Amino acid sequence: MRIDPKTIENVSKELYIRALKILPPDVKRGFDTLAAKETSSTAQNVLGTMIKNISIAEATDNLLCQDTGIPIYNVTIGRGVQFGDGDGTALKAAIRKGCERATREHPLRSSIVHPLTRKNEHTSCGIGVPVIHIDHADAAEGVRVEMIPKGSGSENNSWLKMALPAEGVDAIKTFVVDCVLDAGGKTCPPTIIGVGIGGTADLCVHLAKIAATRALGTQCADPEGAKLETELSEAVNMLGVGPQGLGGDSTAFAVHVELAATHITMNPVAVNMQCHSARRASATITDAGVTYGF
Amino acid sequence: MTHHDLTTPITEAQARALRVDDTVTLQRTLYGIRDATQIAMFDRGRTTRFDLAGHAVIHTAPNVKKVAPSPQHPTGYAPVCIGTTTSARMERFTRPLMQHYGVRLVIGKGGLGAASLAAFGELGGAYLAIIGGTAALETTWIEAIEDVDLDDLNPESLWRFRIRDFGPLRVAMDSHGGSLYDAVDVKARDKRAAVLATLGVKSR
Repeated sequence: MRIDPKTIENVSKELYIRALKILPPDVKRGFDTLAAKETSSTAQNVLGTMIKNISIAEATDNLLCQDTGIPIYNVTIGRGVQFGDGDGTALKAAIRKGCERATREHPLRSSIVHPLTRKNEHTSCGIGVPVIHIDHADAAEGVRVEMIPKGSGSENNSWLKMALPAEGVDAIKTFVVDCVLDAGGKTCPPTIIGVGIGGTADLCVHLAKIAATRALGTQCADPEGAKLETELSEAVNMLGVGPQGLGGDSTAFAVHVELAATHITMNPVAVNMQCHSARRASATITDAGVTYGF
Repeated sequence: MTHHDLTTPITEAQARALRVDDTVTLQRTLYGIRDATQIAMFDRGRTTRFDLAGHAVIHTAPNVKKVAPSPQHPTGYAPVCIGTTTSARMERFTRPLMQHYGVRLVIGKGGLGAASLAAFGELGGAYLAIIGGTAALETTWIEAIEDVDLDDLNPESLWRFRIRDFGPLRVAMDSHGGSLYDAVDVKARDKRAAVLATLGVKSR
């Protein structure tokens, strides 16, 4: 099928705004699960305010959080898709334009600056931003675009450790626990703790981001990774950091693990966290039209 | 645990009356301040025409909409979504804010460190925790953007908000050396070895 870049542009604009306003149902359920088990009255209070905020954002058609984040677009292209008369470059330009239009037309706070001059173009765009990842899927029909406005409070707490093979899985577990302790309330807990294991240094950090932004209730495809997710999810909530770092059982919705094979000399582990405003939105574009989801 | 309804500006005695775990609701005026604002003020010699003495500042950079100036929107900015950012990045600015400008209350999320706690003790101030990521709710406590200074730093300008029933906020750091964050951190680190043991790891 042939997709008009204008459609991609409109979808990219719409997705940024939707992601900022409507929290995915799995995250809402995640709040309910935590609130049902929370034993601290302070933490119950904090969770209650967060849950109230979700409904106020929907009722007032407002943003959940002031942080418009770093815009990330994950695009999955199915078989035989073409963009206008062009290729992937038309696709990237259209996403960028959509992101810029959302910022100007809603309007949204542009949180993006040049890293050295700190100049803000007020477009939510800059060199290499929005972050765009493009992948292909054999089975898929049409195009799926996922948008993630990644908040900076959680992003500022990101870690990579090139552990040694001799340190084994123990190094990975210890690292995750220590990252949660160091983050305290700065990452806006309860968080989704994304753990990347293996690969190269850059792939490892990327895997941690994929893990942190995956829907709650999903599991690592690798059985060993899935086992580790369960163990770590229980462990981190025994630390008592709690929502906002004010104490309680609800430190994390879950620990998610993504892994890749690595070198015989390497044992890399990365942690990237997603705050409780775990925002994402998606759209599927097929011959039948555009369908929005999460 | 006491609830305080405070109309800004407040006195040193009012700031010192606040104790960790008390709650506070603020009325009248609140200033919004951020990384770039304070870098400009304390590293680059910029000054503000606002009198911050006895006031509360909140770590924020709001989403705003440009509108025609009117009595409701005197600055030509209407609030869209106003929330709170992580305070820890701005740790080194607490003391100069209090010393040079007389600020009494800092509102933020995630807490501040030892230098800020010392400044609260010596100069008479407190840190009020707001629930981060609940900006849609917070926006309903803000009546208007009354004024703005250093607006070339937009969105990290120095904002003056007119507020009503802003809170409840939780006193998380006080002028008596109390810090909820330190207390939680100490307890959590005490549990580290036991938590690692459940994972089959002998901690070093």
